[in-house]
Amino acid sequence: MNVMPLGVFELGLASLLVFLLAFLSYWHRMEIERPLLIAAFRTAVQLSLIGLVLNAVFTTVNFYLVALIWTIMLAAAGWEVMSRQKVRVKGPGRFFIGTSSMLLSSFSIMVLTLTLVIKVDPWYSPRYAIPILGMLLGNTMNGVALAMNTFTNLAWNRWQVIEQRLALGQTSAEAIEDIWRESVRTGLIPIINSMAAAGLVSLPGMMTGQILAGNTADEAVRYQILIMFMISSGTGFGVILSLWLMRRKMFDTRDRLRLKEGFYRIESVGNKK
Amino acid sequence: MSSLKVENLSFLQRGPYSFEVAAGAVLGLRGASGAGKTLLLRAIADLEPHDGSLWLNQTACEDLSGPQWRQRVAYLPAESLWWYDRVGQHFSMAPEPQWSQQLGLDSEVMNWEVSRLSTGEKQRLAILRLLQRRPHALLLDEPTASLDSDSIGRVEKFLLDYLAQNSAPAIWVSHDQAQLERVSASRMEILAGGEMRELI
Repeated sequence: MNVMPLGVFELGLASLLVFLLAFLSYWHRMEIERPLLIAAFRTAVQLSLIGLVLNAVFTTVNFYLVALIWTIMLAAAGWEVMSRQKVRVKGPGRFFIGTSSMLLSSFSIMVLTLTLVIKVDPWYSPRYAIPILGMLLGNTMNGVALAMNTFTNLAWNRWQVIEQRLALGQTSAEAIEDIWRESVRTGLIPIINSMAAAGLVSLPGMMTGQILAGNTADEAVRYQILIMFMISSGTGFGVILSLWLMRRKMFDTRDRLRLKEGFYRIESVGNKK
Repeated sequence: MSSLKVENLSFLQRGPYSFEVAAGAVLGLRGASGAGKTLLLRAIADLEPHDGSLWLNQTACEDLSGPQWRQRVAYLPAESLWWYDRVGQHFSMAPEPQWSQQLGLDSEVMNWEVSRLSTGEKQRLAILRLLQRRPHALLLDEPTASLDSDSIGRVEKFLLDYLAQNSAPAIWVSHDQAQLERVSASRMEILAGGEMRELI
């Protein structure tokens, strides 16, 4: 069985809906049309390019080529996490805290999945290694960006409370525990929700794709469950790691709050005008 | 018996300050707004990075962790903040009933919502909250600024009793010269430039 062919004309039809939405936003001054159109354009261009790249990569099995693509994916995810932050770490940490957390969580989980669970040979086979890292990174990126943003925003707004708790002799971890808890929750809620709704409300994208491509449903289901477990743990470890690194930046060794010294706030995020 | 010693303390282009507060004694501190009284207290509480050394009796500040030092040398900010909904949630153990009574607080106050507290009640509760861990020294930033004259006397007596019973030294910041004369034996003033001079 083969997928129904999809041409440029059909995609153009679908894009009309996006244009319609953009027009509605423009008409009612919701000011979301620009980011919407830019993002839609980026999707089309980036996915077309990656399609070309993947076609080439899948035919050769070269570790260095795969590693290069992983690196580009990770750097892009790191950049994306950074640019969604309203309150950022001063210095290179604003890029590296998110990036290194995603590197450690997503990469190690990908390697575990490929070597111990799927047992594909060689483990870096691009047909598996690239899409799996893509799914892990995409979700981890969202979780890490949300959690870090919540953490720094809340700390920025409630710094006086943190200071008072420190003054009462609490440790930095105690003084910020509420904010920490809320940030972990915020980072993990999307993936927890999608696990809870999977099958009932939503058929996850990868599984849908496999079924559309003609795989049996139960094979697709098993892969989807695997991916869900990997994604949720990858997101969770990535979130905790990034918050832990963030907290170390926020306090010095004497448990003093160094928020204004180590962080800065930018006024607008996301809508570059 | 413990004394609080400040040796060549400097921070943010201020100081160096050197003085000692004997066990059970109060050092009164006044100065114009913005002269750096609060900063000085925060530095002594090790909440501001500083040079020089701080001693509580034989224990140097850097021999303890920041939180351990601040549990012993407790700083009361001029305005208290409350982050949970109910008063009692801010206390790890219920305060001694006679303390609440001496401060003129309702015996049920621990079950109250923070939102229904008056400024004066908040201030008195902040003192109770500060004393939970039985600090060895107190840094008091305008402890009675938001209180009516009845409560002022009560709070002054309560704090002086605590200091006497625990032979704890204190630095007491106030705008009110008469209050400083009531509570402290020695007084200093911080001038606008940051230098400190003794008041007679």
